[in-house]
Amino acid sequence: MDTAIPDQPASAELPAQPAERKRVLEAVLLSAREPLSLLELRRVFNDEIASDVLRVLLDELRAEWNGRSLELLPVASGWRFRTRAEFMPYLERLHPEKPPRYSRAVLETLAIIAYRQPVTRGDIEDIRGVSVATQVIRVLEERGWVDVVGHRDTPGRPALLATTRKFLDDLGLRSLAELPELEQINPTLDLADAQQQTPAAG
Amino acid sequence: MSVCAIVEADAAAPGDDPVSPLARVYGEPLAHLPHDLYIPPDAMAVMLDAFEGPLDLLLYLIRRANVNVLDIPMAPLTEQYLTYVEAMRSQNLELAADYLVMAAMLIEIKSRMLLPRPKAPAGDEAEDPRAELVRRLIEYEQMKRAAYGLNELPQAERDFDWVEVWVEKALLRRLPEVSAQDLQNAWRGILRQAKLHTRHLVQREELSVREHMGIILRRLRAAGGFVEFVDLFDPRLGAPVLVVHFLALLELAREHLLEMTQVEAFAPIYLRLADGHGDS
Repeated sequence: MDTAIPDQPASAELPAQPAERKRVLEAVLLSAREPLSLLELRRVFNDEIASDVLRVLLDELRAEWNGRSLELLPVASGWRFRTRAEFMPYLERLHPEKPPRYSRAVLETLAIIAYRQPVTRGDIEDIRGVSVATQVIRVLEERGWVDVVGHRDTPGRPALLATTRKFLDDLGLRSLAELPELEQINPTLDLADAQQQTPAAG
Repeated sequence: MSVCAIVEADAAAPGDDPVSPLARVYGEPLAHLPHDLYIPPDAMAVMLDAFEGPLDLLLYLIRRANVNVLDIPMAPLTEQYLTYVEAMRSQNLELAADYLVMAAMLIEIKSRMLLPRPKAPAGDEAEDPRAELVRRLIEYEQMKRAAYGLNELPQAERDFDWVEVWVEKALLRRLPEVSAQDLQNAWRGILRQAKLHTRHLVQREELSVREHMGIILRRLRAAGGFVEFVDLFDPRLGAPVLVVHFLALLELAREHLLEMTQVEAFAPIYLRLADGHGDS
C-alpha cells in the first residue's frame, strides 16, 4: 500500500474562550458515566488548564444551569450532572418499580458505620443493643455504600466496616465532613442537677 | 422513685408559638399533658414490631413518660419494661433474647440504687449506677437521629438520577472502524496484483453480484466465519471477477450480513459473518 495514510484525526484545538471551554466541560460531564475528577477534566484540555481555573469554569457552568432540570454537583469522586429532586416524581412514572427505601435497622446501621467508622459488627450491636442481621450489612454492601476496610486485631479478627466513596457520591456529599452534624441529645448530668435546683416558677 | 420532672408554669408565653405550651419541662415546651408510664397491653402487640431493640423500647418509655434520660426513675421504668418483655416472650422468644439481657441490666441497676453506694477510693463521687445505661441510651438516640438525618439527604436513585446522555451508551461498545480510505487502499492492492496476472479471456462471463455474495458467504462459513480481506480475492481470476467480488462484499456489508474490522491503519482487514453461524 503506497498511498499515504492521512494522519490520525488531529488532536482538537484547545479552545481559548472560557465560554467554549465550558461547552467542552459540559459535553464531557453530560456524557460521563461516573463523576469526573478535576484531574480527569484537566486531561480533556491536555493538562493545559490549571486546576483553579478549571474550578472557576465549573462553578460558572454550575451557575449557568441554575433553573434548569439538571444540576451540576461536586461530589466525593468529582463533578457530575444529576436531575433535580423535584423532577423525580415524573421520572418515576416511567420506572414504576419502587425506589429503595431502607428499614430503620438498615438506616441505623448505616448511620453508625458512617459516623463511627471503621466499626465492627460487634460495635454496631453494642450501640444498637440488638444483634445485627447479616442481611442488613449485605444490603449496604450490595448498594456499594459500605465495604470491609480491614480487620481488628482481636480474637476472631472481626471485619472493620467503613462507608465508600459511592456512599458519599450517592448522597451528594464531597466528604464525610459534610455529613449532617450529630445532634447533642441531652444536657450533661450536671446541667440536669442544676435545673432541678431551680425553683419552679408560678 | 417517682417521675420527678421539674415542671415550670409557662410564665413568659411567647406569642410566636401557635400552640402555646402548657408548661416547660427541663426548659422544653410541653404541648400535651404528660402520660404516665402505663401503656394498655392491647396496644402493645401492635407496637412490639415497631421497636428496633431494647434501647429503642427504653427510649420510647422514657420519652413517653417525659422524663429526662439523665434522670431515669428506675423502678417504674423497669416494671414497665418487664411488662413489655413478658408480652414479647409470649409471642416471639427469639426477639426477646436481646430484651432479656437488658431486663437483667435494669434490675441490677435498680437493686444497686437501693444500696448505699460505696465511696470511691480516690475520694471521687461514686458513679451513678445508671451512668452506663444513660451513656448507651444517649449514644443510641444520637445514632437513631443520625439515621433519620441520613435518610433526609437527597439520595441517588430515590430523590434524583444521575444524568447519562445517550451518546455515551452508543460509545460503550466501540468496534474497530474501517474507513473508506482503508478499503480503497486494500482494493488497490488487489488490483495491482491482478494486473500482474492479467489473462486474455475471450470468453464472455455472466457475473452476478448476488452469486458472488453467495460465494463469499459460503467461503466465510467454510473458513469458520472469519477470513482476511486479501484472502478472499484470487487475483488470477481477472479484474472483472474481482470487481464483482468486491461489489458483492460491499453489498454483504451493506445488508449487515458480514462485518469488516481493522485494528489499526495498515493492519489486515478481517471479514466476519454477522450471523455468528461460522462459529462451528
